[in-house]
Amino acid sequence: MADKIKFDLVSPERLLLSQAVDMVTVPGSEGYMGVIAGHASLVSNLRAGMIDMKNDGVDTRYFIRGGFAEINATHITVLAEEALPMTELDLAILDQRIKDAQEDEIAAKTDADRQKAGQLVDDLKLVRAAF
Amino acid sequence: MATVKEMRTRIGSVKSTQKITKALQMVAAAKLRRAQLATEAARPYAQRMSAIISNLAAGVGPGAPLLLAGTGSDRRQLVIVATSDRGLAGAFNSSIVRAARLKIAALIEEGKDVKIITIGRKARDQLRRQYGNRFIESYELGLKAPGLALVAPIARQVIDLYTGGQFDVVTLIYNRFKSVVTQIPTIKQLIPAEVDAGGAAGAFYDYEPDEDTILTELLPQNISVQILSAILENQAGFFASQMAAMDNATRNAGDLIKALTIQMNRTRQAKITTELIEIIAGAAAV
Repeated sequence: MADKIKFDLVSPERLLLSQAVDMVTVPGSEGYMGVIAGHASLVSNLRAGMIDMKNDGVDTRYFIRGGFAEINATHITVLAEEALPMTELDLAILDQRIKDAQEDEIAAKTDADRQKAGQLVDDLKLVRAAF
Repeated sequence: MATVKEMRTRIGSVKSTQKITKALQMVAAAKLRRAQLATEAARPYAQRMSAIISNLAAGVGPGAPLLLAGTGSDRRQLVIVATSDRGLAGAFNSSIVRAARLKIAALIEEGKDVKIITIGRKARDQLRRQYGNRFIESYELGLKAPGLALVAPIARQVIDLYTGGQFDVVTLIYNRFKSVVTQIPTIKQLIPAEVDAGGAAGAFYDYEPDEDTILTELLPQNISVQILSAILENQAGFFASQMAAMDNATRNAGDLIKALTIQMNRTRQAKITTELIEIIAGAAAV
């Protein structure tokens, strides 16, 4: 097996994970992307979606509600606005997030804000549909 | 010499002071635990955000956003001093204010143009007399638990001032919570981002979707997160410091009560002895 990549997943409330893993798939702004050791240095916006982490043949999934990822050859750091392990996620939480995002969309003052909230609603609905 | 009655009143008043300090100590201890957890949980995010920003700062070329690379000058300085709203916490606030005074005095000495934003009532009260004319704004923390909503207006003002071309360097001063017994007054440069010399200096980053979109979101977010982190560190440090100060005060009050009680007993005994001598002398004279 190739080298592992150090994966840090943090939200403002807590550090969810900090360990070496085989591969991480994150919801980049231009689509899902898989990251393994030796990846080119990259900073990306993240959409709401699922992070899929593979380590020693075990899959672990996390839900994030947008954020940033910083990637270089040895590290991937995900700064999520909100992150939950799959085991703590349920439909009630998702529905609440969708509702909040829809309210933000309506209350948005600028086009950019409205577009952002609208994108979030769409992304969250996709997550919900796949749940 | 004080009479027995006076001393009894005095002991009573020290006892009620002791009750208050004891209660404050217990309240602080209870709040400390929660504040400490919140601070420690929030720390990784702030640290990694900071690390990312300094990596980016090391890699940017000319034309980078102001909030990342700064203006290239250091003449106009904005100092943000964060303390608590309340006192009764030993040297907690004074140590921040002392660090702030030294920093501000040094900057003025170098001929810099210094302005101040205070967060927390104590910073405002203690710096106002000396540097009141340099104040831009004073924020109070209030009673709500610190969150991004609390720092949003502060961050917005800092960003507006900076992007409006009013300042070259922004510095944040607070107490870092090292442990329950140690808080370290810390001076942190917010803008321009400090380049981490030991990190991946010069690493070139790709941006997705593009540099502008990411940096216009990431940089203001970073300012908010760093200010929030300072406030959280302060809060944990404040309760730790208050707990220690109140513990000391309670112990001092105990010592005082003991000393006063002994003194009172002696005085009472002396009075009884005097009365006895008078009676005996009177009986002997008959």
